[in-house]
Amino acid sequence: MTEEPRPYTLVAELTYRCPLRCVYCSNPRDFARHGDALGTDDWLRVFREAEALGVVQLNLTGGEPLLRDDLEPLVEGARTLDLYTNLITSGVPLTRERLARLKAAGLDNVQVSIQDVTAAGSERIAGHRSFERKLEVARWVKALGLPLTVNVVLHRENLDHVAEVIALAESLAADRLELANTQYLGWALANRRMLLPTREQLDAAREVAREARRRLRGRMEVLFVTPDYYTDLPKACMDGWGRRFLVVTPDGLVLPCHAAHTLPGLSFDNARERPLAEIWQHSAGFQAFRGEAWMPEPCRSCERRTLDFGGCRCQAYHLTGDATATDPACSLAPAHALIEAARAQAQAPSTEVIYRTARAADGV
Amino acid sequence: MSEPRTLTADSRPVVAAKARLRWDARSSRHLLLYPERGLILNPTAADVIQLCTGAHTVADIVDRLAVKYAPQPRETVEREVLTFLVNMADRGLIREHDD
Repeated sequence: MTEEPRPYTLVAELTYRCPLRCVYCSNPRDFARHGDALGTDDWLRVFREAEALGVVQLNLTGGEPLLRDDLEPLVEGARTLDLYTNLITSGVPLTRERLARLKAAGLDNVQVSIQDVTAAGSERIAGHRSFERKLEVARWVKALGLPLTVNVVLHRENLDHVAEVIALAESLAADRLELANTQYLGWALANRRMLLPTREQLDAAREVAREARRRLRGRMEVLFVTPDYYTDLPKACMDGWGRRFLVVTPDGLVLPCHAAHTLPGLSFDNARERPLAEIWQHSAGFQAFRGEAWMPEPCRSCERRTLDFGGCRCQAYHLTGDATATDPACSLAPAHALIEAARAQAQAPSTEVIYRTARAADGV
Repeated sequence: MSEPRTLTADSRPVVAAKARLRWDARSSRHLLLYPERGLILNPTAADVIQLCTGAHTVADIVDRLAVKYAPQPRETVEREVLTFLVNMADRGLIREHDD
């Protein structure tokens, strides 16, 4: 693959603060150490530099991006750059008036996360009573004429509710439903024994989603993301390291994925200290896993290496201790037994919950 | 919600609320952007999408493009436009304009 890397999407993690405490949060476990160091002007400069590099999609996320009181000028600045701006939110805290202001500023899409189809199920996962409020926010989104994405992270406690999830999304007139199985990194890895489903659950839910996709074609896009623990093939994580995505953290680190700063031995630059173009092209962290030179066997001679790019570096590191290892999700990986053992554990799950908290242990 | 209707010559397609067209200077192509995704449009596809305003029927769109892409036969243009529009409708990127 000699195709020149081009970032199409900027994932702007505006803050790691969040009222919810979801057990599968994708923020790093030491999130509380990373403050909101980038101000409004910093972010607007990041947006400009990203657009100049080729970015056309902007995900405003966190944490909870609504906790930033400068969200309106950020959306307005993004729209001036003709970026497609997607607000990825828990819906808490939001008023209808503020949502109307965000729409007026040029917001293109709102993605609301929903944890389950009941208030109790949602509260158990989010550690926060917010189910009814989320539904209200989703209805405001549609009432204001904004497109709505409903995102539901799937795991063993809600996979059996996928039919009800789809019905809920239909009743909200969602334009897009993301049924995204949990990725077992960070908080989700710590909670894996509680979250990892059985293969039977997964197969049943996938079939329900497939039928709904057919039935709803042209009206609601139904996306089902299979967990790589059950595919025996690694996923093309971020479409390949440093190929399509730029992630900027609340404190300004520029990363190829949202967990890259949990890998030891890599150096990443800060958007406040170096132009984005230089970081994208030259920073050691971005170069580390581009191309194929870093790959071990069996990846290096595998015909799928240009499809999956060797899988997820963060998963390789957090399961094996070696970020250059073949992703254990691959059935050809030397460490694939780790995945098989986790699947076996899914027959004897834990109900113990570790909520996201600022007092977590270091690392991971 | 009703089932999506089949597009006909009288349909008046309109770009869905979730999709937005923008010019991409790097590829010298129009992009049709929607949540988390985007399509790189060839010039003909971009011409079609730019006419999906709800003001033009499919027949209008075909007429205009047949003029622009003469001497291609109108039937060829019509087939290509319909195939493209049905594909876009299946993806929820265009809808029929309702009064």
